[in-house]
Amino acid sequence: MRKAFDRTFVALTLTATIVILAMLAVIVGNIVIHGKDRLSWEFVSASPVKGMTAGGIFPAILGTVLVVLLMSLAAVPFGVIVAIYFAEYARAESRLYKLTRIAVNNLAGVPSIVFGLFGLGFFIQTIGRGIDRGLYGGQLVYGQPSILWAAMTMAVLTLPVVIITVEETLRAVPREYREASLALGATRLQTIVRVILPQSWSGVMTGAILAISRGAGEVAPVLFTGAAYFLPRLPTHANDQFMQLGYHIYVLATQSPDVDATKPLLYSTVLVLLILTFLLNITAILIRNRMRQWATR
Amino acid sequence: MSYPQTMSRKHFPLLTLSMLFLMSACAQPPDQPGAANQTITMKGSDTMVQLGQRWAEDYMKGHPGTTIQVTAGGSGTGIAALINGTTQICQASRPMKPEEKASLRQQRNADAAEIPVALDALAIYLNDRNPIEHLTIEQLGRIFRGEIANWKEAGGPDAPIVLYGRENSSGTYVYFKEHVLANADFAEKYQALPGTGAVINAVKKDAGGIGYGGIGYATAVKTLPVAKDASAPAVAPSMENVYNNTYPLSRNLFWYTAGAPTGAIEELVDWVLGPEGQKAVSEVGFYPLKAPKPSQ
Amino acid sequence: MNANIRWRRRLDTAAEKIIFGFAFVAIAIIFLIFVYVAREALPIATGSVEGITLVSPFTAPFSWQPVSGAPKYNVVPLIVGTLKITLIALLIATPLALAAALYTAEFAPGSSREWIKPAIEMLAGIPSVVMGFFVLIVLASWIQSTLGLDFRLNALTAGIGLALAVLPIIYTVSEDALTAVPPHYREASLALGASKSQTALRVVLPAAMPGVGAAIVLGFGRAIGETMIVLMVSGNAAILSLDPGLPARTLSATVAAELGEVVFGSGHYRVLFFIGTLLFIITSLLNWAGDRFKRSLRIRLFGSA
Repeated sequence: MRKAFDRTFVALTLTATIVILAMLAVIVGNIVIHGKDRLSWEFVSASPVKGMTAGGIFPAILGTVLVVLLMSLAAVPFGVIVAIYFAEYARAESRLYKLTRIAVNNLAGVPSIVFGLFGLGFFIQTIGRGIDRGLYGGQLVYGQPSILWAAMTMAVLTLPVVIITVEETLRAVPREYREASLALGATRLQTIVRVILPQSWSGVMTGAILAISRGAGEVAPVLFTGAAYFLPRLPTHANDQFMQLGYHIYVLATQSPDVDATKPLLYSTVLVLLILTFLLNITAILIRNRMRQWATR
Repeated sequence: MSYPQTMSRKHFPLLTLSMLFLMSACAQPPDQPGAANQTITMKGSDTMVQLGQRWAEDYMKGHPGTTIQVTAGGSGTGIAALINGTTQICQASRPMKPEEKASLRQQRNADAAEIPVALDALAIYLNDRNPIEHLTIEQLGRIFRGEIANWKEAGGPDAPIVLYGRENSSGTYVYFKEHVLANADFAEKYQALPGTGAVINAVKKDAGGIGYGGIGYATAVKTLPVAKDASAPAVAPSMENVYNNTYPLSRNLFWYTAGAPTGAIEELVDWVLGPEGQKAVSEVGFYPLKAPKPSQ
Repeated sequence: MNANIRWRRRLDTAAEKIIFGFAFVAIAIIFLIFVYVAREALPIATGSVEGITLVSPFTAPFSWQPVSGAPKYNVVPLIVGTLKITLIALLIATPLALAAALYTAEFAPGSSREWIKPAIEMLAGIPSVVMGFFVLIVLASWIQSTLGLDFRLNALTAGIGLALAVLPIIYTVSEDALTAVPPHYREASLALGASKSQTALRVVLPAAMPGVGAAIVLGFGRAIGETMIVLMVSGNAAILSLDPGLPARTLSATVAAELGEVVFGSGHYRVLFFIGTLLFIITSLLNWAGDRFKRSLRIRLFGSA
């Protein structure tokens, strides 16, 4: 009786695990099977033509890459500095620290569409328009959706990811390191720059990669802040709009006049995005695992 | 315990970073008139975004110095952008309202120039399997207001009617609401989809589905002949019927600019109204203007 | 005193100030998000736009018709739609994720454990627009014909899509909680003659319960704010009904679909920011609850937070 229950229970949990893995396999398999045939060098290096029913998706790939690069330029340094402040300077019992801690954790759970609202209202309407009024005499330069504001919006969205990951690794650096360095006469800054940061490099990398992989797949925050339907020219300036893989998928799936005709193209685009985010995720997981192994050694 | 012995002295690739920063720091200034490389921005109607993209693609082949950026979002978005000055050309599938023209005058100190660029039959899409052969505007209104919920009440089989259409940011939504629903609200069960492509796809897969949108999108669905009222004959959304104005949901597709177009934009407008531009209209599936301007 | 040392000290103080400055800016932006989104919705609280008040979006008539001769901004059908889809997602995802977490933490042989967890976490790496695409193109018709539903795009289909998105969160957080239960709990139970499943069900799971609570609450938060999946597959009809077979419109999808068009400062614009504020508050509360759960788990297992 007990044995039967035991066996059934384990079998049930195993089934659930298999079901989840099977769903993953079906999704990925479906996309790979339908998407692989069109995938070619031409597809990833050419521009879309004939009303998006032919050609490639290079502008969308480049736009995605540029926006996450710009995003990490803002999110990683800021995130690392905030993490240093949290881990090295802030006193755990201080009110401000507790409050900001809660705020950062909270931000990680705020829906991405809210960031879209924020980006449109704050970056474009307030900051961008402000710059235009101040520097360009009201001419429209920054007060419009652009790759810069989309990247800034993304940066705010991914900031908590960086902060939380980096802070975790900073705290994992043994106290003896700090003590030894300070005892040798190094200043606090020297200790941080020369001793603690080099030890936390993998954490910074993980944080950056996790942020990038999140940013690469997000569509909701760029809906109003800079993604465009079709741009013949690649973005070269901060106030250009851009095409983005995720947005491109959304557009192809909902705007294309002939969904069946664009389906192969759509599948291949999805496959490219999936490969991109999976590669980023796997890298992050590998770095994190190596980090954990090192930490528990 | 063992710790890695060497402390990495490698720092962030600062050079690369600062270069990227520089690139990001310089904004492209607003276009100077007479500049060799012209950028034209075009924004608005989702119905017209395919058309705009085709125009841009074709035009740029012959005019390598000109770049045309096309963004969608809906006619309302385009009109708002024209008022705010964030686009040079607004594509709209509905005429601008008087109050919109007034705020354009106020904000930009220019009158709206209205340029009809193509003709469209706002088509009623039905699934191929649906035996209904025609409906009146009044019946359509009752269907989309939710007063008729089963096809048998409209002379079809006993099956629930599933309503598809566009989001309220769409000019087509507003046009349909004015001309078919007599400005009443859509039914509660009306499904607002984010693009005409999604509407077509939904109707194609749904035997009881009905939707609406530009004629240029009508592939693999049935486009229903529509009668003005019960006494009038049902008219198919064909080019001929749009030209002789018998199809009750015929409409113009517009371009708007703030003030009459000049320079590169004027050239583009002329090209669009000329034979090449109008040929692209037919290729995308809409109807060219009745009397195309002779090419210059 | 050596000039070099003095210079270093100065650099140190300066750097410290810069760090504080940057940290302050980042933290200010974080607070600004809430302040800003709420500020744009504020005129509603004072009742100064188009007669909309803080109460009117919640009272009859329960209709969302923002573009109309007489616009109706009632968020109740949107809230009902959101909760309906979210609950469906949680009802599907929670048992599956929890069972899989139990298997991974308690029963799986060591070798398979190492790849099961990362594999399931891969699911979290699928962007939501891809998930939306998959449900729209592949699953929707299949679900409709299998269940014989009247609508191809409906709350149930959206809920299933959403379940795929929240599954990895619930799984990861509860698996972490189960693994955190110290081995001596299991050893004691097994020594008393309990079987492995009994130990898992009666000892480990109850001990990790706050963690499971955190998992569900965090999954709930993620599901409520998820945008692209529901925008693409829920049918976006603002119906006040609990029927899972009907289309539904959610708070987040409404913002995504309508914000592009609104005139800045109009009633419609304010209401969309009001919805944004609502989403912010709801997800913040859920997050806070999740944190409390996690903290109480740590206190329970290790005696300190």
